[in-house]
Amino acid sequence: MKLNAVLIGLLLVCALLLVTSQHRARKAFIDLERAQSLARKQEVEWNRLQLEQTRLAKHSLIDSVARRDLKLQPVSPDRTLYLNPPAEGVAGSTLAPQLAAAQAGR
Amino acid sequence: MVRPVKHSRNALLTTKLSAWRSRFVLGMLALAFAALGLRAFWLQAWSTEFLQKQGASRYERALEIPANRGKIVDRSGAMLASSLPAKAIWADPEDVDAPREKLNELAKLLSMDRRELDRKLAEDKNYVYLKRQVDADVAARVAALNIRGINQRNEYKRHYPEGETVAHIVGFTNVEDVGQEGFELAQQQRLAGKPGARRVIKDNLGRFIEQIGSGREPQDGADLTLSIDTRIQFLAFNALRDAVREHRAKAGAVVVVDVRTGEVLALSNWPTYDPNNRGQLTGAQLRNRVITDTFEPGSTMKPFAIAMGLDAGKVKPGTVIETAPGKLTIGTATIGDAHPHGALTVEQVLQKSSNVGTVKIALQLPPQRMWEGLTSVGFGQAPQIGFPGTVSGRVRPYKNWKPIEQATMSYGHGISVSLIQMARAYTVFARDGNVIPLTMTRTDVEATGVPVFKPETAQAVRKMLEMAAGPQGTAPLAQISGYRVGGKTGTAYKQENGGYQTNKYISSFVGFAPVSKPRIVVAVMIDEPSAGKHYGGEVAAPIFARITGETLRAMRVAPDAPFATLIQPVDPVRESL
Repeated sequence: MKLNAVLIGLLLVCALLLVTSQHRARKAFIDLERAQSLARKQEVEWNRLQLEQTRLAKHSLIDSVARRDLKLQPVSPDRTLYLNPPAEGVAGSTLAPQLAAAQAGR
Repeated sequence: MVRPVKHSRNALLTTKLSAWRSRFVLGMLALAFAALGLRAFWLQAWSTEFLQKQGASRYERALEIPANRGKIVDRSGAMLASSLPAKAIWADPEDVDAPREKLNELAKLLSMDRRELDRKLAEDKNYVYLKRQVDADVAARVAALNIRGINQRNEYKRHYPEGETVAHIVGFTNVEDVGQEGFELAQQQRLAGKPGARRVIKDNLGRFIEQIGSGREPQDGADLTLSIDTRIQFLAFNALRDAVREHRAKAGAVVVVDVRTGEVLALSNWPTYDPNNRGQLTGAQLRNRVITDTFEPGSTMKPFAIAMGLDAGKVKPGTVIETAPGKLTIGTATIGDAHPHGALTVEQVLQKSSNVGTVKIALQLPPQRMWEGLTSVGFGQAPQIGFPGTVSGRVRPYKNWKPIEQATMSYGHGISVSLIQMARAYTVFARDGNVIPLTMTRTDVEATGVPVFKPETAQAVRKMLEMAAGPQGTAPLAQISGYRVGGKTGTAYKQENGGYQTNKYISSFVGFAPVSKPRIVVAVMIDEPSAGKHYGGEVAAPIFARITGETLRAMRVAPDAPFATLIQPVDPVRESL
């Protein structure tokens, strides 16, 4: 008789533990779901921002702003000073004459 | 006063009931229990599956997990095509019940005509799309109107931030997210994701509380990295657009190829379209002329005939060829030069673009040899670049060649090629005699070429092509400051209705730079320039110069030609006083 009572008590405890652990598992799962959907949302946002960045960094946009608003001009080689390392020098073998020429030009 | 009653004497109780009645009740009860037992047994043993399904359908949900379509990016990772979630707005017309002003507002949000909306809502269906691929923020405002019968469904919308500049390469998808043109079509399998699926248990609040089984993970589509450089693409596109407008041409096309890797750095067509807004598209706008159109190239073909002559040892660069009187009769046909030149060296033949001189060299070659030469640089075969609609052009089999046909082919008539074939073929001169496969996806390895000509031959032709683009050649306008360039012009009558149209031209220029160590090949084609100029040297060469100069500077290639460096700005900044 006594043994049975103990066993019933144990059974009840186990049953309650099962219920709580199930409940906790579900809670955890809900949290996981929430986190995953947040991750998806963030990913979408990341994609959107990448697109936005590309849109803002579009060459046509930069080009028109540079030309129209900032009044910039494209690089042209006759106004560019190329500094060639002596070993590969094509336009000049050392830097000194070019720099001197540039100084004189000014 | 109560009189005691003797119960045993009660008449009612003494009534004798027959024994079968009680047994009958007992039997009925037993039968009822047996029926219950049978029913229970039936439910448990035979219809379990059906019942479990019924139960599951009340708490389980099968969910589809959408997969993202892969992005398309340029060689430096700039976004060319990317998908964002959007909503399809649909209506159940019978359910729609809203005041006029709400419907007006809805029409405005969807940028629809009110009458069009009414027409859609009058349809005799119970699922009518009002608008698809509505941006998320607009969809949120539609939802805020809270009109009964107007519903939303999740879907994706493809965005193309670079718009019309890369439209012909990237292509576009339809509303079902299936590629229709360009790489969206060619790489549909790779780009499309595989949606995942899973089953979950829902609680009374609609939350998912448990997942059943492991489900299937969604597989996002793979990203695609193209060889295109958006900077160079933009430069090429601008130059082309300006030129087509200036020359009032029907169309134009440009392709820029990296000589080391065979990557296509830019590929541009005009007319073009905006893939984000494809209201009225015409076939002309959609056409990727670089790849899908063939034309008779004209003089841009001459370097190949001359290279074959050099390679076969028939002529040397200094061999003198008599081109006077500027005419040559082969069989019954006569070919001629625009201006008679007299005696020219082989170098000068190419520099001055003499038809007679080229033909005299080409006719020394056996037809089979010439056919092999043309085929081995890629003419007559569709280039393998993994792009839809590539054409092979036309090089007829040498067995049927008549001498006049071999002659006209040497200067680019009676043969048809696409611009990309032309650009690829010119890598043979830019790369010491070997031709490389082109690719439109990014690669970091140097291409391995297939040898076609001897390196000395390629170097000799390179020198001639530099002369052709020089002050005494046909295309001095191809010159750019800072870099040595080489290239050849082409001007050809257009072929229409089986004959040549003598008032319609195709002007082209194919060249490379810098000559000392070529980095890029640029091919330009302008279709029907009609603003007075039509020679390749006047129309196409300046476009080549602009694109090549800007591209080499954008690629930071060291200049190989001397030039005077002035530090003086064009608009000097005024000194403040």
